[in-house]
Amino acid sequence: MNARTEVLDRIRRALDDVPAGERPQDVPVPRQYSRGGQQPAGSTAAVELLAERLAEYGASVHLVSPQDVASRVGQSVAGLGTGSVVVPRGFPPEWRSALDPDRVLTDEPRLPVAELDRARAVVTTVAAAIATTGTLVLDGGPGQGRRALTLVPDVHVCVVRAGQVVASVPEVFTALDPVRPLTFVSGPSATSDIELDRVEGVHGPRTLEALIVV
Amino acid sequence: MNDATFLGMPAFPTAAASALRDSQLRGNLARATGTIRSRRAAAVAEQDDWEQLREAGRAVKERTLRHLDRYLLQVEEKVTAAGGKVHWARDAEEARRIVVGLVQDTGEREVVKVKSMVTQEIGLNEALADAGIDAYETDLAELIVQLGQDQPSHILVPAIHRNRAEIREIFLRSMGAYGTAAPADLDDDPRRLADAARRHLREKFLRAKVAVSGVNFLVAETGTAVVVESEGNGRMCLTLPETLISVAGIEKVVPTWQDLEVFLQLLPRSSTGERMNPYTSTWTGTTADDGPRAFHLVLLDGGRTNALADPVGRQVLNCIRCSACLNVCPVYERVGGHAYGSVYPGPIGAVLSPQLRGTTSEVDRALPYASSLCGACYEVCPVKINIPEVLVHLRARIVEEGRERLVPKPERLAMAAARWVLSRPSRLTAAQRAGALAARLVARRGRVGRLPGPLSRWTDTRDVPVLPAETFSAWWKGTHR
Ligand code: SF4
Repeated sequence: MNARTEVLDRIRRALDDVPAGERPQDVPVPRQYSRGGQQPAGSTAAVELLAERLAEYGASVHLVSPQDVASRVGQSVAGLGTGSVVVPRGFPPEWRSALDPDRVLTDEPRLPVAELDRARAVVTTVAAAIATTGTLVLDGGPGQGRRALTLVPDVHVCVVRAGQVVASVPEVFTALDPVRPLTFVSGPSATSDIELDRVEGVHGPRTLEALIVV
Repeated sequence: MNDATFLGMPAFPTAAASALRDSQLRGNLARATGTIRSRRAAAVAEQDDWEQLREAGRAVKERTLRHLDRYLLQVEEKVTAAGGKVHWARDAEEARRIVVGLVQDTGEREVVKVKSMVTQEIGLNEALADAGIDAYETDLAELIVQLGQDQPSHILVPAIHRNRAEIREIFLRSMGAYGTAAPADLDDDPRRLADAARRHLREKFLRAKVAVSGVNFLVAETGTAVVVESEGNGRMCLTLPETLISVAGIEKVVPTWQDLEVFLQLLPRSSTGERMNPYTSTWTGTTADDGPRAFHLVLLDGGRTNALADPVGRQVLNCIRCSACLNVCPVYERVGGHAYGSVYPGPIGAVLSPQLRGTTSEVDRALPYASSLCGACYEVCPVKINIPEVLVHLRARIVEEGRERLVPKPERLAMAAARWVLSRPSRLTAAQRAGALAARLVARRGRVGRLPGPLSRWTDTRDVPVLPAETFSAWWKGTHR
């Protein structure tokens, strides 16, 4: 018997107390937990909660009006001194107008990892954000790029539109496509491994800056 | 690198007695678990629907386990359709062989690893070393354990038994031998220690061609794998290499994508006491132009079907390895993780290891007794595993297996580790209440044996101080802020 057959066989034998006619949906799963919605998606309340929660976990947060996004992106990067800035394909051109074109790398053609490691920062959009948990969700869509781009550079500047902010975890799951590789980011990289105390900044970007367009 | 194993470790009472003499260990543990307990409590208190989430989590797991064969086949179908390859392993040996073979097929001599309980369970690093392949642990705590030639002692924070001064020593002494050395002026500021780890591992991430990971969840309906982490080492391993090999116990499955909304709320709050852990990655097979070009998923039985076959014991397969039960366990806090003689320590280890490995060794027979049955673990468990119930059930089973002769003596069972119960009247209240609970459970299951055993015997034969009115929880809250 091969391993697959044998494991499946063992499972079926182990479950001989389960009635033969039982279907998965016959085992009740009560979903009485909150589906969110206390703060409607995109509302000022949701945006404020997101800003507060992101900040609590060590991200820096700026609320910006649509016409100020470009200059705020420029400022965030200018403060970092020299070094290139990765801006993935699909990032709105009007938001990068204040960046020095000589510093911008677009990942076209694909950047070698060593080059990513030398880049000073990455500027992206997001797919969605969860206010309650202070989470930004990336799905590799336009303006976000492949996963390595938002991982290797030490500074991640992330532009979030207010309309992308939902209140709760359940709300975001209905909006996401599981086929795409997803990354949920809640604050800069951190560890609790030394005496279970939280320290920010290990392998992922040590600086996370969120610009929320309101 | 040293590859110590748990093999040949003494059974719990002996190991516990020696751990109890180690005051440094107890100090480190008490400080760390104290911190995490209050953070978890705050994170849970803030979630109004916590009980509803727990019930949903439990029920999803029950549904999954009762129809596990069908969900695993669904995982296989979806992962394969998305460009991944699924392998099945009956036991640890088979899983090791598969992973080693897959690494050898790539022609590489080193792999980077994301912290994973299951690869420790199967002893993968030792097997890779035997095949001449260097395996680098990349989680900070795992790195501390690996560089310190040590054993993990906690599910989430394997180096919980080490304090910052010890970690500094280990980094200074050992990092240079395996890559970038620690800066000579390294002090014990956790930030600088984390920074030393970042520098040490950076070159390894950037050149890695093969990564090995576990998974936290596998979604049957989509074939999606999920890794929950904090540091970004997981993202590095899941994203940069060309080949990704993930090992998953067969119980990691959840039926639907929507089910993740439950577990991604339960896990971080229970585990690190955060609203959300810094990074969660999900991937489905392979994706063109993003991440590994080859993805292998190894599905491991490794004794899980033994647990599945026991309708009472089955619930331990609900476990999402959050470690909350360790952090609240008064026995764990005092004896530490090594005393349990298994990669799964604490309350969950006491109910999981004897079911995965069977109860033929003295270590595994002693494990169900490594508890005062106070019930704190059940209260915090995000998937509502009734650990005291399973402990009592396993004790009964061990007795029934006709090995009375080999069952550790009651006095030994009252244990080095549980001795503290008797040193305080309020602890004894809890113990007695636990004894009563045990008796109820035993009666309900229609078993009569020498149970509930040690604690009631102690109380039967000893003068007991007047008991305070305070309940265990009240005492616990009053003394563990
Ligand atoms: S048994 Fe429950 S509390 Fe313990 S690690 Fe597993 S899920 Fe967490």
